[in-house]
Amino acid sequence: MPNHRPLRLSRRQIIRSILATTAFGAVTKLNTGCAPSSNSSDTSSANGSGNVAVGFIYVGPKDDFGYNQAHAEGAQAMATVPGVKIIEQASVPETAAVLETMRSMIEIDGATVLFPTSFGYFDPYILELAVEFPDVQFFHAGGLYQEEVHPDNVGSYFGYIDEAQYIAGIVAGHMSQTSKLGFVAAKPIPQVLRNINSFTLGAKSVNPEITTQVIFTGDWALPVKEAEATNSLADQGIDVVTCHVDSPKVVMETAEKRDVFSSGYHANQAPLAPKGYLTGAEWDWASTYTSLGKAFVQGKTLMNGGIDHVLRGGLAEKFCKLSPYGSAVNDAAKADAEAAKAKLLKGGLVIYQGELKDNKGNVILAAGEKYEQQNLALESMDWLIEGVKGNIDG
Amino acid sequence: MLGLSQQALLRLPWRRSLESIALPVIALTAALIIFGGFCAMAGANPFQVYGSIYKAAFGRWSAWQHTLILSAPLMLTALCTALPARLGLVIIGNEGALVMGGLAAMATGLGLGITLPPLMVQLAMAAAGMAAGGLWIMLAGALRYYRGVNETISSLLLNYIAIAIMNHLVEGPMRDASFVIKPSSAELDPANWLGAIPGSRIHFGLLYGLVVCLLAYVLIQRTPFGFAARIVGGNIRAARIAGLPVGKLTLAICFLGGSAAGLAGMVEVAAVQKRINQSLVSNYGYAGILVAFVSRHNPLATILAAILLGGILASGGILQRSHNLPDATVLVFQGIVFLCVLYSESLYGKFPCFREGEG
Repeated sequence: MPNHRPLRLSRRQIIRSILATTAFGAVTKLNTGCAPSSNSSDTSSANGSGNVAVGFIYVGPKDDFGYNQAHAEGAQAMATVPGVKIIEQASVPETAAVLETMRSMIEIDGATVLFPTSFGYFDPYILELAVEFPDVQFFHAGGLYQEEVHPDNVGSYFGYIDEAQYIAGIVAGHMSQTSKLGFVAAKPIPQVLRNINSFTLGAKSVNPEITTQVIFTGDWALPVKEAEATNSLADQGIDVVTCHVDSPKVVMETAEKRDVFSSGYHANQAPLAPKGYLTGAEWDWASTYTSLGKAFVQGKTLMNGGIDHVLRGGLAEKFCKLSPYGSAVNDAAKADAEAAKAKLLKGGLVIYQGELKDNKGNVILAAGEKYEQQNLALESMDWLIEGVKGNIDG
Repeated sequence: MLGLSQQALLRLPWRRSLESIALPVIALTAALIIFGGFCAMAGANPFQVYGSIYKAAFGRWSAWQHTLILSAPLMLTALCTALPARLGLVIIGNEGALVMGGLAAMATGLGLGITLPPLMVQLAMAAAGMAAGGLWIMLAGALRYYRGVNETISSLLLNYIAIAIMNHLVEGPMRDASFVIKPSSAELDPANWLGAIPGSRIHFGLLYGLVVCLLAYVLIQRTPFGFAARIVGGNIRAARIAGLPVGKLTLAICFLGGSAAGLAGMVEVAAVQKRINQSLVSNYGYAGILVAFVSRHNPLATILAAILLGGILASGGILQRSHNLPDATVLVFQGIVFLCVLYSESLYGKFPCFREGEG
């Protein structure tokens, strides 16, 4: 009879598993040190005294050194506005789960403003719920709001972060010894192409010999491919690497290991590459969210016209910013970068001006023509400028 | 003499069923205790956490709806592992079958448009999704039967191929250029959407899941086909000697399992996403494997296990929002439950009180 062995669980086994589990808990506790508590009580001490409850939803973890961290840091800044209480939920996929999360933030936590931050939450999820809850405001990061088409309680905000990429390009152009830059990109969509082009134009403004090698990984979060791409860029003699992926962590760490310079994206990645980090194009959601938070407390809404449905801005409007210069950056690079930044802040610099050719030799802008920052042609960009090595068809 | 043995025969199934109920309950309790230790270490009061989990998952009608919405696709994807498991195969290609099902259903839905009444279109979409998902897993079954390729590995790899095919199609031939959020197919005509069950916000996918699980239970437990499949799962040599068509059974049951996951894909695109894009790959398939193992591959228990996991997932938000626990906490909970249940598998038949003739 096979099954007659008595049940045996040694004391050691039990103690070990309990220890392992508690150790796991302790580690998790340490890792979340960067998320200070905003609401620690279980009982809903919510909406007394005219407070505004604002819900933030992220598609990944809040400490990803990337897109989500940039938004989470902004949310923490908004939480400091008196009268604003924030509720956060991370790692919510773009499925029915986000619908349910938004609903429970509204119904259980009493949220009257929601910031579902991932691009893919917009259609159909935000649009569906906005119709059902016309008194709740939905703000979405991205250029997708259409007047008359979308509900009145939906707004969009987005920054011209390619301005910061342009400045980062100037620094990269100065610091590169080989005149070869590298760009690890997720997908060939207009936003990404615009960053690649602006970065390259910035670099070419100080060194016309510069080329930028682009590698498209094919998706927003592919750590292994991102590491491979960074390594292959370094193998080609490229000495400054930047990227546009959801979490630049892997790219920055790999660049640091290979002793090449790196330029960040989304958030400040200097802690990941203390030697080689030059600067980076960061979102400045803290400033955007703080001013929105103040508007909410004053009773301004999208519906009563107190807040615009489309909020846009660049460096001047504090939608984006640059990471502090790393220790490696020399004075000449800093001087040129600061000069260009001052021009952008005054509105005296147009990044896309003729003559401009794409990397297949077609003329995009003739001499004397230019695309101002707000030009819609830039939002449907499907070309890479001269000096970029890469192909958007994959 | 006769009376005694009759009594023993009557007692046996009763004790066995008690065991198969008691052991999962014991496993869940153990998981709760371990997770409680984890919460305490992470700085939250375990009892309050359990209270919140209960409230967020099953506390009121709205919470129930949340749970059921999340559990609907899991019932179907779980069958993709549970059915072949009865035949002794470990299939983990649920995600791929779901994606292929969603793709085929969407292609059918977009192709038919509004040329037919919505119900006909939906049926055609469901049929296409089931056929695509079924053929996908049948491929793994065929590789196993004819070439001896390990079905676990091949079905896992088929997931990646299915996702790559989907990415290729939505970034190329099927792409709707006017939709800028991410590469996606065109939108399904609103007439063909799977709506909500009246009086709730739960889509009809839940009914699909319940009905298919019931049918699967009847098929496995109450038909000659299911009996034959279980015989093959029990002893493949004996089955061959008894003249059972092992090859046909393998292919058929793989097809059925895959078609359940394919149907989940159809439900996901027709009820929730309305387009095909990367969001279709959101781990419903892998969660389905968990559900199948927790339910010990019994289609009826699958319903319960899916609702339990749906509830755990539904409570993930409250853990973050009310207790400041990190977002991965719900995955830790899920993992602990999974490990405890798997470990409890090894305890069947080891407790004397559940054995015939003792205690």
